[in-house]
Amino acid sequence: MIVLGIESSCDETGVALYAAEGGLLAHALYSQVELHARFGGVVPELASRDHVRKLLPLIDQVIDSSGINKADISGVAYTAGPGLVGALLVGATTGRSLAWTWGVPAVAVHHMEGHLLAPMLEADPPEFPFLALLVSGGHTLLVSVAGVGDYQVLGDSVDDAVGEAFDKTASLLGLSYPGGPALAALAVKGDPARYRFPRPMTDRPGLDFSFSGLKTFALNTWRDSAQTDTERADIARAFEDAVVDTMVIKCRRALQQTGLSTLVIAGGVGANVRLRERLGELMSAQGGRVCYPRPEFCTDNGAMIAYAGYRRLQAGQHEGLSIKAIPRWSLEDLQAV
Amino acid sequence: MPTRILAIETATQACSAALSIDGELLERYALAPRQHATLMLPMIESLLLEAGLSVEQLDAVAFGRGPGSFTGVRIAAGIVQGIAYAAGLAVVPVSTLAALALGGMREANMTQVIAAMDARKSEVYLGSYINAGNNVLVLQGEERVCAPDAAPLPGEGEWLGVGGGWDAYGEAMLQLAGERVIRLIPDLEPRAADIARLGLQAYENGVRVTAAEAIPVYLRNDVAVPKQSLK
Repeated sequence: MIVLGIESSCDETGVALYAAEGGLLAHALYSQVELHARFGGVVPELASRDHVRKLLPLIDQVIDSSGINKADISGVAYTAGPGLVGALLVGATTGRSLAWTWGVPAVAVHHMEGHLLAPMLEADPPEFPFLALLVSGGHTLLVSVAGVGDYQVLGDSVDDAVGEAFDKTASLLGLSYPGGPALAALAVKGDPARYRFPRPMTDRPGLDFSFSGLKTFALNTWRDSAQTDTERADIARAFEDAVVDTMVIKCRRALQQTGLSTLVIAGGVGANVRLRERLGELMSAQGGRVCYPRPEFCTDNGAMIAYAGYRRLQAGQHEGLSIKAIPRWSLEDLQAV
Repeated sequence: MPTRILAIETATQACSAALSIDGELLERYALAPRQHATLMLPMIESLLLEAGLSVEQLDAVAFGRGPGSFTGVRIAAGIVQGIAYAAGLAVVPVSTLAALALGGMREANMTQVIAAMDARKSEVYLGSYINAGNNVLVLQGEERVCAPDAAPLPGEGEWLGVGGGWDAYGEAMLQLAGERVIRLIPDLEPRAADIARLGLQAYENGVRVTAAEAIPVYLRNDVAVPKQSLK
């Protein structure tokens, strides 16, 4: 079985081919980040317009570089949600129509399931069950994963997603969009003892997150400072420490609550070095294991969609002719396979 | 060999697909807001079934390339890209305004039509066409998006007005048009059968693009304002 995977839920166009025998055959990504930079954030209409220009050339490129023929493709997986509805529809219409024309099954994939399963693409994949921390510009989730499609959301952000908080804090410190990774790089130079930011929602039980207050705290600290490069770095450090610390505290709680011993970190913020270090320390102190995808599969990509689609197609799941785009979609609504 | 063209149109609240086999037309049509992605592949499948054709036996796929609802025209483009790429077919992009105009010409038996669609934001998508015979539509000036009271309407002759733009902004446009517009069909929707008619003619004139070139024409391109204070 060879599955074509298509991702277009936000501002990255991703395409990949995954084979039952041979694993990931080829993948390619086109990022729109420069397109949206001058708007200070993703403009949904522009994202959709770019997907419809870039998707088919990317599919052609991936099939070409894989060395297989179109006729070898035995299924098509596309991201159906959650995400920007116009952007989702580009991948959904193209993907579903390719499958219909080829006469092969299609499957509508949940974007976050793609992220959850992305570490399965690595050489030493995690085994079920595990705890997953999904952290990106759009999501902050703690999920108990019993198997493919068998998910329980343990914690979520009550306001900003963690990646969003990184980007917004970076912006108010004068770093250009999307500033999250730049903020993390700046934090390395900061003095960890200079400022201490609160660890939101850690003084009470529960696994939910809140990051918007931390962003405001950073803004006030910046306004009250001399606004030098040193202070910018010190604030970046205090912000990152607070975010990472908060996530470590919540992960520790979730592990205690569930009794799980494997932690999967996925999503764009999962590439954050400090977060990986600290969660690695946590898991080795507990005698457990931490797994994450390679950095390029932490952010949105087609490979994770091809893989998640492969698992579902292999289990016999497929879609009717109705093309699905589901902008709001809970992981808990998925069928276990 | 007869020319076989599949055509789809999803730029407005209407959703339709048509099959042209050597000029003979089959069509599926539904007025179904926000249901286009759900309805289109079943419509296409039922057309092919009725004609006893497989998708590979087609010569080309035509689509309403806009203007119209941004999401709507992208649904048609995405579906056409998928089908044309997978089956190795040529694509014929057709103006949704021209298809709307052709529909009006047939319905009213007139040869000069001003097609206007509601573009929201107090604007219309506008195109004026003269039928030079045999469904050869000659666009007068260019298609544009503009305020209804600034619409560049044709200077002389008797015209038919069609489309939702006349419904939303009829008063302003009629004031501008004076007595040149002698009849209105404001509730007319663009249909795939007319995309097929225009598509067939364009195909036979050598108008063909690749699957990846099946891109919408939006007319409105100022969709976002750059952030001023970015450092």
